[in-house]
Amino acid sequence: MKKIWAIAFNTFQENIRDRILYNLLVFALIMIVLSIALVQLSTGEWERITINVGLGSISIFGSLIAIFLGITLVSKEIERRTIFTLLSKPISRTGFLLGKYLGLLFTILVNTVIMIIVYLVVLKILKGSFSWSQAQALILLLIKFAIIVAIALFFSSFSTPTLSAIFTLAVFVIGHLTSDIKTFGEHSKYLAYKYLAKMIYYIIPNLSNYSWLDKATYGIIMPAKEFILTILIGIITAGFILALSSLILERRDFI
Amino acid sequence: MIIKAEGLKKTFRVGFRRKEIEALKGLDLEIEKGEIFGFLGPNGAGKTTTIKILVGLIKPSAGKAWVMNQPVGTVSAREKLGFLPEQPYFYDYLTGEEFLNFCSRFFPFTEQERKKRINHLLELVGLERARDLALRKYSKGMLQRIGLAQALINDPELVILDEPLTGLDPIGRKEMRDLISQLGKENKTVFFSTHILSDVEVICDRVGIIHQGKLLGVGLLEDLYKKTIKEWELQAEVRNEQLLARLNQLSEEKNLPMLWQKERVLIRTADEEEAQSLLKLIFEGGGKILEYTVKRESLEDFFWKVVEKEDRQ
Repeated sequence: MKKIWAIAFNTFQENIRDRILYNLLVFALIMIVLSIALVQLSTGEWERITINVGLGSISIFGSLIAIFLGITLVSKEIERRTIFTLLSKPISRTGFLLGKYLGLLFTILVNTVIMIIVYLVVLKILKGSFSWSQAQALILLLIKFAIIVAIALFFSSFSTPTLSAIFTLAVFVIGHLTSDIKTFGEHSKYLAYKYLAKMIYYIIPNLSNYSWLDKATYGIIMPAKEFILTILIGIITAGFILALSSLILERRDFI
Repeated sequence: MIIKAEGLKKTFRVGFRRKEIEALKGLDLEIEKGEIFGFLGPNGAGKTTTIKILVGLIKPSAGKAWVMNQPVGTVSAREKLGFLPEQPYFYDYLTGEEFLNFCSRFFPFTEQERKKRINHLLELVGLERARDLALRKYSKGMLQRIGLAQALINDPELVILDEPLTGLDPIGRKEMRDLISQLGKENKTVFFSTHILSDVEVICDRVGIIHQGKLLGVGLLEDLYKKTIKEWELQAEVRNEQLLARLNQLSEEKNLPMLWQKERVLIRTADEEEAQSLLKLIFEGGGKILEYTVKRESLEDFFWKVVEKEDRQ
């Protein structure tokens, strides 16, 4: 376990010394502040729009950070050949993967917390109110990031950074649309499409389950049972994807 | 036995058509504790593949291997192992000290031991002054040295070095060679690969020659050296008529070329016994030995001869 923490800490250290992360984070913060400020120009229900845009920005930038850091995570180690040194130490490949995952998750947690703080400050200045439904949305968002990182890690455990980026983005987009795809499939005349849609629905994690942003805008609270269940499913999904990545990594040759 | 490999094979599939490339074709290897073993071969011979199998980065397609009696690829096989990859790149955002600290986290050190070990290693490889410098600012020689330091962090019994001397300047090479020799004196087993023969001559006890995925020969450097002997050369001054006649007679009988310049004679023979008997003959016959030398072919030539012989077959 100590060894896993060592890798996790090193990953976190790597991330916080990486300029790309700061660029993304600063950009995200500016966007959050700017978009919320701009919304004030609109008429009508500005508080709802403020919440929506604020949470939306956190969601988009958090996902971007999760995808891009996640992809570079393992592939950078392989590309720079740092993995040779690391895996010659007495640590299993699964341990390595877990360490990387935890390190990145922690980076994302810190990032998201910074974004949330900025969001809360802006909300406070605008005299908006923070509610449990918004907190729920943010917690589910973190679960979503945990799944995205696992997906990015999965792809980068066997393909190049560019391909991993494409695959992860594809899964990210499809993951938000799986329910729609299934509905379309059920109504389709073509049998092939029906099965394809069904397959996609069952294989690709349903990321829209973790989007409570729109509901939070209206202050709707997710029932406690459903909330806990969703979190549990999210954790199991991430765990399953990680286990799959670990299986691939254990078999891989590092040439 | 600190390293043992039996019939190691590795096939890679490359390219779109998954073309098969046999990197190792049944390699057997046995390395004893405490020796410095040079793993010699041209580029692409299978040196790095063998090494990566031993440290668990690549899984063999067939065959088995053990390091320190543990099957390769297991975590326990790496407890007492140190590895320096070829042209190492490390986390360049870390300083030298931070990097060693990170590497030490995989071993059961107390904080005090850790500090002591890191200081000792930084001193050993001569990087105390660069300890707070980020690795991205290190020169190639410095990277190689910090690489050796990380390989030694756990005071390993077995140190595996992949081309540790490649790409270093003459001073860097000498420093690295000295460090490797030092490890041998500390009774550590060192297994290192190289394609440069002069390295082997200076530091190794035993060498193995690998070519096209096969081990062509393993031997003590002395034995290998014996094979490099081309001929014996003898120079003598002969004023004695009787001896002169005897030598001329021998030259005709055995078809042995002798080069005369006034009273001086130069004789070359590929037969050690013959050289010895000639020496005795001249000495006892009243001649004066001016020079007696063993002419060797360079290890380089010998190496290529072995490799070419294999290629022809």
